Amino acid sequence: MSNIHEFDVVVVGGGGAGLMAAWYASKSVRTAVISKLYPIRSHTGAAQGGIGAALGNYEEDHPEWHTFDTIKGSDYLGDQDAISFMCEEAVQAVYDLEHMGLPFNRTPEGRIAQRPFGGHTNNASGKPVRRSCYAADRTGHMILQTLYQQCIKNKNIFFDEYQVMDLLIVDGAVAGVVAVEMATGELHTFRSKAVIFATGGHGRIWEITSNAYAYTGDGPAILARRGIPMEDMEFFQFHPTGIYKLGILITEAVRGEGGILFNNKGERFMEKYAPRIKDLASRDVVSRAMYLETRAGNDVNGQRFFNLDVRPETVNKYAEIDGRTRPDGSAYQVTAAEIMSKIPDIADFCLTYLGVDPTKQPIPVQPTAHYAMGGIPTNKYGQVVIDEKNTVLPGLYAAGECACVSVHGANRLGTNSLVDLVVFGKHAGINAAEFAKGADLKPLPEDPTGEVMRQIEALHAGSGKERAAALGKEMRVEMFDHVGVFRTDEGLQHAVAKVQELRERFKQVRVADSGKVFNMEMLQTWELGNMLDLALVTAQSALARTESRGAHARDDFPQRDDATWLKHTLAWLDGEQVRLGYKPVVVTQYQPKERTY
Amino acid sequence: MLIHLKVFRFDPQTEKAPHYDNFELQAEPTDRVLDLLEKVRNEHDASLGLRRSCAHGVCGSDAMRINGKNALACKKLVRDLNSDHITIEPLLGLKVIRDLIVDMKPFFEHYESLLPYLINEEPLPTDGKERIQTEEQVLRYEDTTKCILCAACTTSCPSFWADGKYIGPAAIVNAHRFVFDSRDRAAAKRLKILNQQFGVWRCRTAFNCTEACPREIKITQAIAEVKRAITTGKLD
Repeated sequence: MSNIHEFDVVVVGGGGAGLMAAWYASKSVRTAVISKLYPIRSHTGAAQGGIGAALGNYEEDHPEWHTFDTIKGSDYLGDQDAISFMCEEAVQAVYDLEHMGLPFNRTPEGRIAQRPFGGHTNNASGKPVRRSCYAADRTGHMILQTLYQQCIKNKNIFFDEYQVMDLLIVDGAVAGVVAVEMATGELHTFRSKAVIFATGGHGRIWEITSNAYAYTGDGPAILARRGIPMEDMEFFQFHPTGIYKLGILITEAVRGEGGILFNNKGERFMEKYAPRIKDLASRDVVSRAMYLETRAGNDVNGQRFFNLDVRPETVNKYAEIDGRTRPDGSAYQVTAAEIMSKIPDIADFCLTYLGVDPTKQPIPVQPTAHYAMGGIPTNKYGQVVIDEKNTVLPGLYAAGECACVSVHGANRLGTNSLVDLVVFGKHAGINAAEFAKGADLKPLPEDPTGEVMRQIEALHAGSGKERAAALGKEMRVEMFDHVGVFRTDEGLQHAVAKVQELRERFKQVRVADSGKVFNMEMLQTWELGNMLDLALVTAQSALARTESRGAHARDDFPQRDDATWLKHTLAWLDGEQVRLGYKPVVVTQYQPKERTY
Repeated sequence: MLIHLKVFRFDPQTEKAPHYDNFELQAEPTDRVLDLLEKVRNEHDASLGLRRSCAHGVCGSDAMRINGKNALACKKLVRDLNSDHITIEPLLGLKVIRDLIVDMKPFFEHYESLLPYLINEEPLPTDGKERIQTEEQVLRYEDTTKCILCAACTTSCPSFWADGKYIGPAAIVNAHRFVFDSRDRAAAKRLKILNQQFGVWRCRTAFNCTEACPREIKITQAIAEVKRAITTGKLD
C-alpha cells in the first residue's frame, strides 16, 4: 500500500487552534497539519471583535473577574477549574500573540487596546469592563494570519486540501487518521502517535448561520462514528446580530462601541431584559429577548428583525443617558469617522450586502447560528475523555470549537472563542508532543482505509432517488425552526423524527461524479452525512434536557433546574439511535446562583 | 430576474480542452455570484468545481474572473454587474486543475519567498508584557495587514501573466506589512529579495491589482513605498 506517512503528532484542521497546536508540538516532535482548506481560509479568520484577557490596560481588571464572568455566562454549566485555567492563561496568550507580531490596536501609551464586550464586567460595580483586545474588527483574521506566518517561519509541514475522513484506533489507543487528497482523490494513511482534532464547528446545520460552508462538524462526526460521545451538543449559540436573512455576523463590538438595539416601536428593548448592562448582555439573553419581542409583535415590519443603530447621534444620546465615559473620565462622544475606524469591515459588509452605511442608517439584524459550545469532550490538557468517568483515550486530543472542555458551558461569552483556541490549542500541542515522546507508533489495523472506502462506495451506490441538496435544505429549516433559540417538547420530538427520516433518505442519495480530481460533489455529500449525524445528536440531547439554561431555552421548562440538570450531557451515536449519559460539572469556588445582567 | 450564466468548465480526466456551460437561473439582484454558482451545483450540475468557504469576503477562497474582472464570488452581487449575462472563469496565470479551481502552489511559494513573518531576535520586554508600538506606528502598515491571500491582485497583473516567476503584488503587499512594522528587524533582508530580477521592479504600475483587491488595499501605493525604500534605503 502506498501513501503511508509517519508522524509523531498529526493535527487535523488548520485554523487558530490547529495552528497553535502545531506550532507548539513541532518545537519538539515531527508534526503535520492536515486541512481540508488552505489553513489561511479557516473560519478563525472571520472572528471580529477581539480576544478577552484581563490585561487591565485602561482600568482595573483581574483574571478572576474574567473567570467569574465566564462561569456566569456559561449559566454555571462550565467546568470551573478549566475556566479558571483559561482566564489565567489568556493574559500570557495575548502577550504571546503580540510577540509573534499580531498588529493590535494600541492605547495612547502604545499598549494593546481593549474594548467592552458582552458579559465582561467589573465584578465590583457590575458595569462593562474593557477586556477585549482587538485589531479593528478583524481580530480573528489577524490571529489566523499571525499563526500561519509563524508556522511558515517554523517550517511546519502542511497537507493542504486533504480531507480527513476517519480516525484509526487500535487496542484502545490512537494509531492515525485516513485522508483523501482532494486534488487527486487518492487515500493517504497517516500513522501518528498522537492526533489533535481542531476541525471547528458545525453551524451549517442551521438555516440562518454566520458560519462558513466548511463548518460541517467533520471532526466530531468522525469521532462519534468511532464510538466517542459528544458533550453538551444541545448548547449551540445563536448570536443576536446577524445581517437579516444572510446571517453574516455583525460583531458585538458594534454595541461595545455604543450601538443600540431597537424594536418596531423605537424602544431600546434590552432595558427590559438586562437593566444593568442592557445591550451588552450575554448573547443568549439578547437572542432570547429578540424572540420574545417578536412573539409580542415588536419585530420590525413583522419581519423578525430588529434595528442595530450605531449612528453617532444615537450612540452619543444613549452614552449620555448611560453616563458612559472615556478612560480619561471625559464624556463618551463619537464621530462617524471614529466609528468607521473601529468597525471598518462591518461597514464594508453593510455597504456590500445591504447598501447601508451604518453611520447613516440602522442595520437590520436577527439571531444567527454562530458557535458550538458542545463537541468532543476533553479535559483542560486537551485530552479527549470518552465516558462519565472522564477516561482518557491515549493519544487523542481536541481543541478549539470542535472540543468541549467545557469552558463555555451553556453559553459562550464574546471573545472567549479566541481565548479558547489559543489557550487550549497551545496546551493540546504541548501535551500531545509530550505524549508522543513516550509512545510508539501503533501497528495499523489490517485494512486501514477500509472504512473510508466503504463510505465513499456507499455515497456512489445510492438509488439516486434523493438529492443531497434537498435533504440539506430540509435539515437546516427543521433545525432552525425546532432546535433554535426557543425549544419545546413537541418541536424537538418533531426534529428528532425528521432528522431520523432524513438520515434514512440520505442512503438513497447517489454521487454521480465518479472522478478523482476535486470531486466536490462526493466531499460535500459526505459532509452532509456528518451534519445529519450531529443534528440527530443535538436534537436528541436537547429533547432530554427538560430545563432552560444558557442557549438551551425551553418554552415548556422555563427555569434552570440545578437539582436535576447541573450536569454535562454525553451522547453516543449508536447506529440509528442516540444513547445519553451524564457527568458532573466541576464546581470550585462559585456556587450556582440566579443569573441576571 | 433571469440570469444567463456562462461558466468555464474543464475536467482534465475526460477533456483535452476547456469548454463553457450555459445555465439560465432565476436570481435576486441582491444574490451573490456565489449564490448563483451554488444554485448551479444544487439544481443543475453538482460536479461544478469551485472553492468557497466563508461566503462573506474574509477567507479568500472564491476569487475568480467575473465578466472578465477578478473578484470574490461572495462579494460580487448580481446588481453590481449591471448585466443579466454573467461569465465566470478561473483566475488567469495559474494552472487550472478543474473548472474554477486553480493551482495555488506557485502563488504561496512567492508569498513565502519574502519571509512573511515577524523577525526580531531582540529580548522581549523584561516585564513579559507587550512591546510598545504607537497607534501611528500601527497605521503605517495597517492597510497591508488586511490581505487575505485570495490572489485576485497577482492574477490580474500583466507582468505576472507575462512571467509567472514575478513574485507579484500579493507577495509585495505581505512584505510591505513587515517592512514598515516598527517591531520588525529584517526589512533590509526583504528589500534585498524585492530588489532582485523577479522582484518589485517587474511592476509596471498597471493598477490592475488595486482595482482587483476585494479588501481595498492600496496595493499600487504599497508597491511604490517598497520601491522608494529600496531606492532611498530609508523606511519613513
